[in-house]
Amino acid sequence: MGEFNYLQQLPAIAPEIGLTILAVVVLALDLYLPESRRKGTAYVAAFGLLGLAIVPFIWSPVSGIDSYWGGMVRYDVLAQVFKVMILLAAGITCLIAVGTHDLARKGEFYLIIIVSTLGASLLSAASDLIMIFVALETLSIPLYILATFRKGDPRSVESGMKYFLFGSFASAILLYGFSLLYGFTAQTNIYAIADYMTSPEFGLNAAPIVVSLVLIFVGFGFKISAVPFHFWTPDVYEGGPTPGTAFVSVASKAGSMAVLMRFLIAIFPAEFVINGQVMQEFWIQLVIVLAVISMTIGNVLALVQKNIKRMLAYSSIAQAGYTLIGIASIQTMYLTDGMTDLSQTAAAQGVAAVTFYMFMYTFTNLLAFAVIVIFTEATGSEKISDLAGLSRRNSWLALAMTVGLLSLAGIPPAAGFFGKFFLFNAAVTAGLEWLAIVGVLNAIVALYYYLVVIKVVYVDRHEDDEVPIALNMTTAWVLGATTLSVIALGVLPQAIYNWALSSASTLFA
Amino acid sequence: MSFTFPVLTAIIFIPIVAAVIILFMNPKQRDLIRGTALSTAVVLLGLSAFVYFSYNGEVNRAGGLLEAQEQLVADGGDLIGSQMFKDGLRFEEKYTWVDTVGISYHVAVDGLNAPMILLTGMVAVAGVLISWRIEDRIREFMAFFLLLVAGVYGVFVAVDLFLLFFFYELAIFPMYLLIAGWGWEKLREYAAMKLTLFILIGSVIAFVGAIAMVLTASNFFSSEAGAAIFAQAQQSGLLSTTAQTFSFDIVQLTVAAEAGAFDAIGYFGVETLTFATFWFPFIFIGFAVLAGVFPFHNWSPDGHVAAPTAVSMIHAGVLMKLGAYAALRCGVQLMPEGAQAHLPWIVFLTLVNVVYGAFIAFRQRDFKYVIGFSSVSHMGLVSMGWASMNVIGMTGAGLQMFSHGAMTALFFGCVGMVYERAHTRDIPSLGGFIKKMPWVGFAFIVGGLASMGMPGLSGFIAEFPIFMGMWAASDSITLQIGGFTLSNYYSIMVIISALAIVITAAYVLRVTSQVFFGEFDAEKYPDVGDIAITDRVILLLLGVPLILVGMMPFLMAPMVQAGVNPVVAMLGGL
Repeated sequence: MGEFNYLQQLPAIAPEIGLTILAVVVLALDLYLPESRRKGTAYVAAFGLLGLAIVPFIWSPVSGIDSYWGGMVRYDVLAQVFKVMILLAAGITCLIAVGTHDLARKGEFYLIIIVSTLGASLLSAASDLIMIFVALETLSIPLYILATFRKGDPRSVESGMKYFLFGSFASAILLYGFSLLYGFTAQTNIYAIADYMTSPEFGLNAAPIVVSLVLIFVGFGFKISAVPFHFWTPDVYEGGPTPGTAFVSVASKAGSMAVLMRFLIAIFPAEFVINGQVMQEFWIQLVIVLAVISMTIGNVLALVQKNIKRMLAYSSIAQAGYTLIGIASIQTMYLTDGMTDLSQTAAAQGVAAVTFYMFMYTFTNLLAFAVIVIFTEATGSEKISDLAGLSRRNSWLALAMTVGLLSLAGIPPAAGFFGKFFLFNAAVTAGLEWLAIVGVLNAIVALYYYLVVIKVVYVDRHEDDEVPIALNMTTAWVLGATTLSVIALGVLPQAIYNWALSSASTLFA
Repeated sequence: MSFTFPVLTAIIFIPIVAAVIILFMNPKQRDLIRGTALSTAVVLLGLSAFVYFSYNGEVNRAGGLLEAQEQLVADGGDLIGSQMFKDGLRFEEKYTWVDTVGISYHVAVDGLNAPMILLTGMVAVAGVLISWRIEDRIREFMAFFLLLVAGVYGVFVAVDLFLLFFFYELAIFPMYLLIAGWGWEKLREYAAMKLTLFILIGSVIAFVGAIAMVLTASNFFSSEAGAAIFAQAQQSGLLSTTAQTFSFDIVQLTVAAEAGAFDAIGYFGVETLTFATFWFPFIFIGFAVLAGVFPFHNWSPDGHVAAPTAVSMIHAGVLMKLGAYAALRCGVQLMPEGAQAHLPWIVFLTLVNVVYGAFIAFRQRDFKYVIGFSSVSHMGLVSMGWASMNVIGMTGAGLQMFSHGAMTALFFGCVGMVYERAHTRDIPSLGGFIKKMPWVGFAFIVGGLASMGMPGLSGFIAEFPIFMGMWAASDSITLQIGGFTLSNYYSIMVIISALAIVITAAYVLRVTSQVFFGEFDAEKYPDVGDIAITDRVILLLLGVPLILVGMMPFLMAPMVQAGVNPVVAMLGGL
């Protein structure tokens, strides 16, 4: 590594430094500004976050140098993509929150979002067990607070408590898994661990490695809300303030997906073999099982929901299942016969598919939640049946909702179609045709409940049919921009997908 | 061709742009909305007719496509089918789209889809006209209708498998909303959901098959034998010099299919299984669901009855053809070996369609259900034509797609006009309507005669070759189930389905006599009067082609033949 050079190391964490400064500024503004002008805090936070999303482009990753800050973080294209994604998600969340009466003037809400974003952003780049854990907690603890944000509402308090308890358990189990890995190898850097484990000195048999793997999976499975670690999801989605829910559903999931891919690929490469047993197969089997049950249970439970936020919670569990299909496709990491470049391997396509999926999911889910926030703000209801007549009350809102739900369902021209296509393409390339079939059948089940909501919006009548819902300037812009992004990603996905593919090649370098 | 205006792209994107513009209009300006929708549809019809007649000129001129195809067959070679297919494409446009995964925007017209494009244009105009008097949210209705039309056009002209699926699924959603939002209150939600789920289940499984197919083709082209074929195809201009091995392009997949990429035995480690024999049923039936193949036809009558008239017209008239067309394009053309293995039993399903559909249609009291089930019956004939696997039978099926499309849209138009004025579709309680609505009565009779295959109308031109093709195929096709061998059964099927034509005649005559003739009850139906000028345009637009094609089959038959020749060549039948 040579001499430690600050200027060379700084770009790797430039967005995080910016976030820290932004957090201090928001805190100060919240104290300084009078109540009447406190909306300014929200705009500072929102545009600060959106502005920071440019930072990873200004200092883009330098090829050849991946490891920064003594191996604590990596700054490669994968980290770049996910950092941009998370910062955009946080910025849009703040803009959504500005439109609500209860959050617009609460500086602490924005502070929580910024700190949590800091954690998610670090998580997507972390390459050391210690760093992963610290980033994960920085991400999670603000979110526990966020869940209990509506203090007066018993559902909110309950959900926060549940989230906290489940989260602490999951973290503890994750930490136990980490400590086992550390015990086996005396290393904390994940690449150093991998190097040691694949070296001839390593004498352990497979069982303890598998145990640590499973323990670590519990921790990550909780964050991405895969079944069976999903129990907190519907309660937190329903209980938390809706913009906060939107943030939980995208940013914290994106960060965890990034670190999950990085971790699995680094520690269990294809050449890691113990007694003739390829270790990679263990986690692939595990991911396949989680993918199938997450998709199926998520979708089936979503069918019966009456509350739109709970429905989206179960749908997000199912979406995590689809994403895991992409992770399960990350198997053969090396060129086989007849392949000319790395991007044709199932592994690269798997990583790229997951990355693209999270990218489009960020916009899609934020869009769906933005509509719900506006609707709830106007009517005070979160029931699906109360969405009736929405197309008569505000046809733009109805159209935005439709685009969001179609994207979640994977119907063109919304982005979800390409998202799912890339995932299934990776699965078929990896020889998992049956998993792709399970995926598409699940997509049909999912289509049912999304279509029911669209039907309610367009067909059903409501007693308040004739009362229009007005959009204010900010929310109209947010809705318009996210809707257009979803459609743009669904029609011209090339640029983002290629970016995601290049992130894959940095992982296997 | 010196004319480089991107006609097909215009055909796809004009309705999309118009739909977006309409969504931005003030919902109170109904006339503006209707006018925009109508002028869009008329422009589409004009462009479609231009494409159709240009292509027809290509086929029929001296030294045209058919002669070129004969020359190709006479010359012989390895890749005749692919060469014929590639040479038959006109108005071709190809741009890269997501080239990292081999997806391109590749559209073109050949002899099979040119009639379908014309049909879509006709039904689009008819659909806008018949929805003229819709009151409720006409802005959204027209916008979704145009989106649906765009999706349909997209599927027909796509020469890229991914693009085909993209538009296929794009078309489904506006259709759902149109049926659920503007359909018949009693049935619409159930029927719309059933229809959407049925159609999508079939297509998404086919989609996984398509991805697997592309991967198999890519692996084949990367192997030594395949690379030689790839180079050969690039040399002869079949594939571009920049082509990648991993590609969804249908021309490239056709080359792979003809070179035997999907016929390697030992798929999934089963010795008797090849890629084609495993995936063919999934892909063919997956699409044929939309063509109403038994036992997956169940969504169709309910869907047609529940839909508003314009959507019934486009659905039965055009969308069911999408299924049959895609089943041929992605199933038979790309997996000829699978077709030879499976169509001999799938033909039984189509026979059930033909006979059972006709019987059920005969039993209905609801006017619209009669037409709905008659569609199931007639679309069975299309699939049966594909199953004949020879030029004459498939040409008949191609003609039947057009003939049935125009005819059934005409029927649904007639039903809609009767229902709009009588407010009931119960056949026994109607009667004598020809006195009040002579145009509708006459149009229905023309459609009915076409439907029962009366010579001089398009139905005859279409159905007779199907039966002839089936009869001709009878000698060469055998079906083995276990140790039991069935041969010469195609001729028996012809006899049974010819009997179904008698049933068709029976239900058409029954409806005609009960609805249009007999006593008219003026007290019961005070609103019934003659139809508006827009309605007459619809009837003319859809009825006249039935007669034209019937009297002058050379307007369409050679073109369709030029379209099916490559497929038959792939099947080894030329």
